[in-house]
Amino acid sequence: MSENKQEIYQQDIVGDGVHSIQKVIEPPKYDSSNAVKYVLIGLSTLFLFVMLILPLIVVITNALRDGWAAYKDAVLDKYTIKALQLTLLATACAVAVNTIFGLFASFLLSKFYFRGRQVLAALIDIPFSISPVIAGLIFILTFGNIGWMGDFLKTYHIKIVFAVPGVILATVFVTFPFVFRELFPVLNAQGKDEEEAAALMGAGGFTIFRRITFPHIKWALLYGVILCTARAMGEFGAVSVISGHLRGKTNTLPLHVEILYNEFNTMAAFAVSSILVILAVLILIARSIVEWKAK
Amino acid sequence: MYVEMKHINKTFDGFQASKEVSFGVAKGHLAALLGPSGSGKTTILRMIAGLDKPDSGDIIIDGARVNDIPGSKRGIGFVFQNYALFRYMTVADNIAFGLQVQKKSKAEIKERVGELLQLISMEDLGKRYPHQLSGGQRQRVAFARALAPNPHLLLLDEPFAAIDAKVRRELRTWLRNMIEKVGITSIFVTHDQEEAMEVADTVIITNQGKIEQIGTPEDICLHPQTDFVADFIDAARYEAMMAVK
Repeated sequence: MSENKQEIYQQDIVGDGVHSIQKVIEPPKYDSSNAVKYVLIGLSTLFLFVMLILPLIVVITNALRDGWAAYKDAVLDKYTIKALQLTLLATACAVAVNTIFGLFASFLLSKFYFRGRQVLAALIDIPFSISPVIAGLIFILTFGNIGWMGDFLKTYHIKIVFAVPGVILATVFVTFPFVFRELFPVLNAQGKDEEEAAALMGAGGFTIFRRITFPHIKWALLYGVILCTARAMGEFGAVSVISGHLRGKTNTLPLHVEILYNEFNTMAAFAVSSILVILAVLILIARSIVEWKAK
Repeated sequence: MYVEMKHINKTFDGFQASKEVSFGVAKGHLAALLGPSGSGKTTILRMIAGLDKPDSGDIIIDGARVNDIPGSKRGIGFVFQNYALFRYMTVADNIAFGLQVQKKSKAEIKERVGELLQLISMEDLGKRYPHQLSGGQRQRVAFARALAPNPHLLLLDEPFAAIDAKVRRELRTWLRNMIEKVGITSIFVTHDQEEAMEVADTVIITNQGKIEQIGTPEDICLHPQTDFVADFIDAARYEAMMAVK
């Protein structure tokens, strides 16, 4: 034990110098608290089982209730495929838009000082505090027929509400802060000395970003993208309001599940849900890899 | 004078960081900007480097007014307070960065990096990353990185602030010798009067954005011109130091 502590201590001296926060975590030396430990482990496991594992089992068993062939039919159904395509399209758009603007915003707010900086930072967080249903309504009131821009959009035959652009807009809105939230603290902590040093040596903006800033934020960026993806694929509320539930046109996977379920087609509903479960598991794996790599 | 500041004024959000600052540093000299924290010394250094712009006044380097020339074209090397080493680059890449930006040939860069690693006696540590180095080693890398593109003026912001007291004295002597060996005009910022007196040829004392006195360490210690300087300089300690020498 003491040997271990010594090692950590030395690493810190060589490693971080001035800005290190020395942190030595030692397990407790006596074992009398073992009972507490096992009770806590037991309770957590039980909770996890009831809240997460059990629903997952229900989804899978119900999806496969009528056999493999029926499952395949439900998953490969024309409307399911369309819904999956739309979900992927909306997710891709949301991730692309929010990654680019999240990068801009976090760079701007961490490296420059200007009036209204705090206000801008707070504005970016609005989608976190607004209910998705209200977000959907906002878009209907802005772009719908009776909305502010309704006449203008009608004149030019642009359809946003109850159409694919609306679904994409709603998804972008709901996932807006994710990339920014991950990047901002990392960029802020880095300060701007390294960038200033590089600029003084004559490096241009792009070189500085590529060689100094990007290596610093790449894991946070990827993590933000993954969270954004997860949220975008599962979005229900905002999309539900603005999509109009047009089967095969504006239905995303979560909406499709709802429709099937409301038609008492539970087996198909669960089968389609299982696609989302699989996507979620893939994201979880990607996230774990990123977290492990970033260490 | 190699560097000249003439009637420099600078205000940040209503706070006047420099008031009519004027001084000069002769070619080949090592000058110290000495003053308590908040006295505006770092602002002066950053303006010479082009990291901040003065509101009025002239900055002259090697006979030319450089106010409108970007920092990267002023022929300076800058050592940041916490060194600002590029943490995702090896020591060798850190030193090479300025040369790569200038699009020097690979062979030339390699030779120069080798030369500098030898100068700071870290030949074997070129492949290390900054976080694997001690504070003193980091300072030496920052020094080598600043020197790599062959600047004519070296600016150092509190170069010893991040180093523990034990090694500080040793590093001071090292840096003084290095600057002498390279023969580069240098200006460093410090709040530690002992450090300034021991290392610099010229000491420039700042207080509340103004220059209080400029002179050799002896000058300043023996003939302080203002009450502030007399207070700030611990004359007794200086005499004791001289006696030991």
